Amino acid sequence: MVFSLVWILFWAPNTNFGSAVDSPNQFLITLLNSVTLAALLFIVASGFSLIFGLMRVVNMAHGSFLLLGGYIAYEMQQKMTSGGGLTVFSSQVNVWKWIVPALVAMAAIAGLGLLVQQVLLRWNQGQDLRQALITIALSVIIADQVVAHFPTYSTVQKGSAVNTSWPGSIDRLVDLHVAGVSYSVAKLAIIALGVAVGLALWLWVYRTKTGMVIRAGVDDRQMTSALGVNIQVTFAIAFVVGAALAALGGSVFASYAGVNPTTDGQWLLNSLIVVIVGGLGSIFGTVAGALLFALVYNFSIAYLPTGILQTTNGTCCTDYSIVVTFVLLALVLAFRPQGLFGRPG
Amino acid sequence: MSRPTFLKRTSKKVAIERAIGTGVLVIVALGPLIVTDYWVSFILTQTFLFGIAAASLIFLSAYGGMISLAQAALYGIAAFALGNMVTSGSVKGLHLGIDPWLGVVLAIVITTAIGFVFGAVASRSTGIYFLMITLTYAVIAFYFFGQVTQVSGFSGIAGIQDHTPGLVGDPVTQPNRLYYIALVTALLVYLAIRYVVRTPFGIAFQGVRDDPVRMGSLGYNVSLHRTLAFTFAAFIASLAGVLYGWWNGVVAPDNVGLGATVDLLIIAVIGGLGRVEGAWLGAFAFIVINNYVRDVSVPVLGGSFNTVIGLIFLAIVIVSPDGLMGLWDRLVQAVLRGRGGGSPQAPVEVQTAVPEAGS
Repeated sequence: MVFSLVWILFWAPNTNFGSAVDSPNQFLITLLNSVTLAALLFIVASGFSLIFGLMRVVNMAHGSFLLLGGYIAYEMQQKMTSGGGLTVFSSQVNVWKWIVPALVAMAAIAGLGLLVQQVLLRWNQGQDLRQALITIALSVIIADQVVAHFPTYSTVQKGSAVNTSWPGSIDRLVDLHVAGVSYSVAKLAIIALGVAVGLALWLWVYRTKTGMVIRAGVDDRQMTSALGVNIQVTFAIAFVVGAALAALGGSVFASYAGVNPTTDGQWLLNSLIVVIVGGLGSIFGTVAGALLFALVYNFSIAYLPTGILQTTNGTCCTDYSIVVTFVLLALVLAFRPQGLFGRPG
Repeated sequence: MSRPTFLKRTSKKVAIERAIGTGVLVIVALGPLIVTDYWVSFILTQTFLFGIAAASLIFLSAYGGMISLAQAALYGIAAFALGNMVTSGSVKGLHLGIDPWLGVVLAIVITTAIGFVFGAVASRSTGIYFLMITLTYAVIAFYFFGQVTQVSGFSGIAGIQDHTPGLVGDPVTQPNRLYYIALVTALLVYLAIRYVVRTPFGIAFQGVRDDPVRMGSLGYNVSLHRTLAFTFAAFIASLAGVLYGWWNGVVAPDNVGLGATVDLLIIAVIGGLGRVEGAWLGAFAFIVINNYVRDVSVPVLGGSFNTVIGLIFLAIVIVSPDGLMGLWDRLVQAVLRGRGGGSPQAPVEVQTAVPEAGS
């Protein structure tokens, strides 16, 4: 499988880009795009995985948290730049006008997450399917509420797609001096943010006392709580952090591609694939899942032959990446049902 | 039919339910004489076909402890397959224009085969993992039909209603035919599920639900049972898909999207995940609410029908996870116990049917 992929990279007939040897810059850009996407996938899916790993709650509203977070960040940036519902140019945005909206979105969604966890999920712990159904119900409600109320500007139709702007200072290309590749600084910033989130999570989970309790809780919830640890507080913290990470992902995605009312389903799928492939509840699994998914997704868009399959009806623009993604999922599940880094049982 | 003695105590309840069931059947059989055309062609036909799709979901959850979110995708696949086969001329898709009956058979065969593959991939997972994997199937199906323009594209395939077999006729001008076909199919599906769960396969499948490890050590092939049950559910869902194709005439990626997936789940949860009858009850409740709450604006929150149905869904999951049928079971039990003839059976809990998460 990997062998044939490598083969295609050096041969690659009928593709958009040609083989990697012929046009190394396209290959490099695809690679960088994959790492960028992987960083974003990691930010979002690590929150999903954290919540699942500790509480066995599959938060089906994770995509909705991301969606709402994206819209809140948009509203804040509009307010700070007096955009009035129009697209804000990156020249009008300084670093704070990006960071503050992201922080506001994270705080708001963290609060929402705490509310959801305390009111709807605390009293039925252990009933994981029921909790999944509750969060599905929640996602239906949030999705509808977002369409009904956002964007709040009367000049913009409710439920329209919106996007925030990167700060002007990073919204430019930089020459990497490798194979003549110029790459967006904003995308490099996403990679840096992903690495930072990963490091912070790793330090938190593996080097602090709270993290110790989290790891103990993942292993044996009842024993941890019997040892006098207030596991409920840890649960609440983990849910808050997980929800905040979804909102951070939403803020980034609002600048990266823009959010619209179907973003929630898209990102729920993304989070699910990442954690199913990587293994639930493991930071390293999430990294691996995010990288693998992003690589497969971007390379199948760029290097899958498009010419052969485009004959009937003269239709164009068919994108088979989703089929390849399914193959990835099926392969991992066939050989490791618990995911690459997941522990069985 | 000989029943073990411990089941005889519930016979009073069974008698009540049979009476209600027969009554409902008589009413719907006389349907077109009693209710308006709108109810026949819109509400009841839709109830039957969505009930069939929901029954495939409930079959898996009640007897296998597996909540599948792929059933909407599977019925959508059947409808897409039918659309690609039978339509002709300048419509989207492959428009092969083959014989309508052959198209129906192929749509069912293709969907069942895809169900086999889906089931095989997911067969080693249970509980929450199974839910997540089937959800990815659903979303993948949505993007597949949206992105692969040869078979659909985002606008979908229209004009299926012009290529129905002679027996079905034109669903627009002759809605009663489709009504009775959907009714008979729903009844057959119900009987087929009731039959299958009593076969040796069905009993073993329920054994797999209750204790996969023990069934494995007894020599049963656990994943094969799950795969075949999923395939059977895909077959049922494909029937709903064919009926949907005829009824709606158009099938678009939205019919397999996250919204449609969740709608089907809501139907099954409202009806009750523990009993197959709940499928049609849930479908009826959902469609009636959908139909009459459309124009009502939600106080305070704002929003549309989805907020209402989301809140109802939330309330049901919180109050009675086994839905209306579970509520009914407990009601009957309470009444019978009050008279001293109650059954010791516990209400069907969604959770008890599910083995330890993980695999």
